[in-house]
Amino acid sequence: MIVVEDLAKKFDDFTAVQGINLNVAPGQILALLGPNGAGKTTTVRMLTSILRPTRGRASVAGYDVVTQARQVRASVGVLTEHHGLYNRMNAAEYLDFYRQLYGVDRQTANLRINELLERFGLASAAKKRLGEYSKGMRQKLALVRAMLHNPPVLLLDEPTSAMDPESARVVRDAILGLRSQDVTIVLCTHNLVEAEELADIVAIIRRGSIIYDGSINGLKRTLLGPLEFEARLAAAAADWQPDPWPQGVTLSGRGEDWMRFIVESPQEANPTLLNQMTASGLKVVSFQEVTHSLEMAYLEAVSRYAGEMDV
Amino acid sequence: MIETIRPALVITVREIRDQFRDWRVIFPVLGLTLFFPFLMNFTAQQILDFVHQYGANIIGERMIPFLLMIVGFFPISVSLVIALETFVGEKERGSIEPLLNTPLEDWQLYLGKLLAATVPPLASSYLGMMVYLSGLVRDGIPLPSLDLLFLIFLLTSVQALMMVAGAVVVSAQATSVRSANLLASFIVIPSALLIQGESVVMFWGNYDTLWWAVFGLVVLTVLLTRVGVAHFQREELLGREIDVLNLRWALRLFGTTFIGGAKNVREWFGAVLPRDLRKMAWPIAAMLVLALAGVLLGAAQVDRFRLPVDKTSLLGFSGGLETLTNRWQIGDFLPVLAIFWQNARAMLLGMVMGFLSLGVLGSIPLLMTMGIVGYLMQLLAVNGVPAWVSLVLLLPHGFLEIPAMVIASACVLRAGALMSTPNLNKTVGEVWIESIAEWCRIMLGLVLPLLLAAAIIEAWITPRIALFFVK
Repeated sequence: MIVVEDLAKKFDDFTAVQGINLNVAPGQILALLGPNGAGKTTTVRMLTSILRPTRGRASVAGYDVVTQARQVRASVGVLTEHHGLYNRMNAAEYLDFYRQLYGVDRQTANLRINELLERFGLASAAKKRLGEYSKGMRQKLALVRAMLHNPPVLLLDEPTSAMDPESARVVRDAILGLRSQDVTIVLCTHNLVEAEELADIVAIIRRGSIIYDGSINGLKRTLLGPLEFEARLAAAAADWQPDPWPQGVTLSGRGEDWMRFIVESPQEANPTLLNQMTASGLKVVSFQEVTHSLEMAYLEAVSRYAGEMDV
Repeated sequence: MIETIRPALVITVREIRDQFRDWRVIFPVLGLTLFFPFLMNFTAQQILDFVHQYGANIIGERMIPFLLMIVGFFPISVSLVIALETFVGEKERGSIEPLLNTPLEDWQLYLGKLLAATVPPLASSYLGMMVYLSGLVRDGIPLPSLDLLFLIFLLTSVQALMMVAGAVVVSAQATSVRSANLLASFIVIPSALLIQGESVVMFWGNYDTLWWAVFGLVVLTVLLTRVGVAHFQREELLGREIDVLNLRWALRLFGTTFIGGAKNVREWFGAVLPRDLRKMAWPIAAMLVLALAGVLLGAAQVDRFRLPVDKTSLLGFSGGLETLTNRWQIGDFLPVLAIFWQNARAMLLGMVMGFLSLGVLGSIPLLMTMGIVGYLMQLLAVNGVPAWVSLVLLLPHGFLEIPAMVIASACVLRAGALMSTPNLNKTVGEVWIESIAEWCRIMLGLVLPLLLAAAIIEAWITPRIALFFVK
C-alpha cells in the first residue's frame, strides 16, 4: 500500500531525508519513530504529495506521489501536527466543507460524519463553534476530518497527544478497528507505549535516515539481545543450576528465590529448563519473560546510532 | 467546466461566510457602504452650493463622478487586508496544511482564495456607489452620464481585481502576515499613485484617458494572476518559515546566474552572451516591432502637435552643429559620459518599471525614444528637410544605440515573461534574482559597451558627419 524507495529531500543545503526505504502492506500499522527534526514530518509530507522528493520514488495506495499527486491526496487521510480548524465554524459546517473538497456525496458523508462524531464523543458538540473546543476535542475532530472520506491510507501525527486517557483509548480502539478493515496507517508518535500497542512494524528515523525498520520483537531482539526469562521460586535455591545446561541458555542473574536466564530459542530451551527445575524439586511459582519495552529498544537504537555518528 | 470550478467555489463560499462572521471585517464594510456615501453626498452638496456662488459650475460637475470613484475605492482597500492574509494567515493559524492535503488542484485553491478576497469588498463597493448615487437622486443632483457611470464601475472593479491579485501573490509568497503587510506597500503605493492620476484625469474631464487605465489594469491583473498561479507551490507555502533576508543565498544565486556557467571571461563573452541573445530572439523581435510602432506613432503625432519650425532656425542648424563640434572635441570624454549616462539611466528606469510591472512598462523608454525619433523625422520632413538629413543625424550612433535599447528592453520583457511562467522548482524571489542577474549580465556584456561606443560616436563623429552633409 505504501512503497518508498530511496526517497530523499533536500532543502537548499540541508538534507532532511536521505534515501529511505519503506514498505507497508494493506492493513498494517507502521510506527514512524524518531527524535524531533529527524525527518518524520518531511517524509509524511512527501507521502501526501505536498513536498516533491529530491530523489527516489514513493507510491501510496498505488499512486505515484509525484506524477499522481491528486489521486494520492484523495486516497490519504492526514492528521497533521496543527489541527487547522476554523474557529468561527462549527463541527458540522467544518466537516461539510471538507466533505465537498473530497467530493464525497452528502448522504454517504452525513452517515459517516454522524457515526464518527458519535464514536469520538463529539455528537453533542457538533453545533458548537470550534473556537470553544478543548484541545482534545479539536484533535478528535481533526481525526474525524482525516477519516471522513474513508481513505485506504491514514497518516497520523501524534493522534492522542492532547487527549485524556479515556479519549485516547477510544482513538486507539478506532485505529485498531481500521486495521481490521485493511486500512494502512502510518503513525508518527513519541508515545512509545502507544506505538508498541498499535504498530505491527516500526521504523526509526534519525537525521533523515532510517536506522531500523521491521517488527517490534525483531527490534528488541536486535538491540537488546535474546529474550530473558525469570523464574520465581517458593523457597530459596541458592546454588541450583541446570544439569546439563540446555543449549543457548545462560544465567544472567540470581537472588535467594529467583533466577534469570538468557534464552536463545525459548521454544526449545524453556520446556527443558522447566522440567529440570521441577525434577530437581524446585517449586516454581512463576516463569515469565522479562519485559523489554519498545522504549528501551528505541533508546538503545538512538544511542547506538549517535555513537556510530560520533565515531 | 462548472465541476472543475466547484471546489474553488467551495473555498470561496467558506471564506466569505467566515469573513462575515468577523466583526473586524463587518464594521468597516458597513461603515464604508452605508455611512461614507452619505458623507460624500453631503460633501457633494456643499461643494456644489459653494462653487455655484462663484459660477464655477464645472468644478461641481467634475466633483460628482470623482466622489463616486472615491466612494467605490474605499471599500476596496478592505480587500487588501483580506487578500494579504489569505494564504499566509492560514499558514500562521496552522489551517493551511489540511487544505493542502485535499485533492484540490493548485489553481482551484488559488482561484477560490482570489474570489473570496475580491467578492465581498467589491460587492460593498458597488453597494456604496449605489447608495451614493441614490443620495444624488434624492438631493436632485444630476447624475453623471451612463457611459461615465459604466466606466467608473469598471474602473473600480479592475482596480479591486488588480489589488487583490497583487495581494494574493504577496500572501502566497510571504512567510508571515507581518511580512505580507510590509510587502503590501508594493501594492498600496502604486494604487495610491494611480488613484491620484485618475483624480487628475477626472478633474481634467478627459474621461477617454480612463479607458487606458482600465486597459492597463486589466493587463496587469491578468499578469499578476498568472504570476500567482505560476509560482503557487504547496511546498513553498509550508517550507518557508523564516523571515530573515538570506543575503548570502541571494548573492550566491545572483553570482551563479551572472556567471552563467562560464569558466572564464572569454567563455562568458563567447558562449554565455550569444546564448542569451538566442534565448531572447522572440522578445527582441517584439521590441523591434514596438520600436517601429514607436516611430510611426511619433510621426503620426506631428499633425496633432506641430512645433513651429521656420527657415531661419533650419538655416541656423549648421551654425549650431559647428558650435557643437567646436565644443565637443574628439578625445573629450565629458560629453561622452553625459550621453552614456543619460542612455544608461533610461535603461535602468526601464528595468525598474519593467520589474515592477512584469515586463510591461519596461519597454516605455524604447517606445518613447523611438516615438521622439519618429516625431522629429516627420517634423523635419514636413518642413522640407530631406529624409537623408534626419538619417545622417541619427544613424551613425543610432546604429549601435538602437540595438542596445532593443536588447535591454527585450531582456526586461523576458524577465516579466519568466516571472509569469509556471515554474514549480523556483520561487518568485528566485526568478526575480535570476532575472536581475541576467539583466546585469546582458547590460554589462552587451548593452553598456554598445551604449558607450554609441556615446563616443554621438559626441565625436555624428556632429561632424552631420556638419559635413548639412554644409
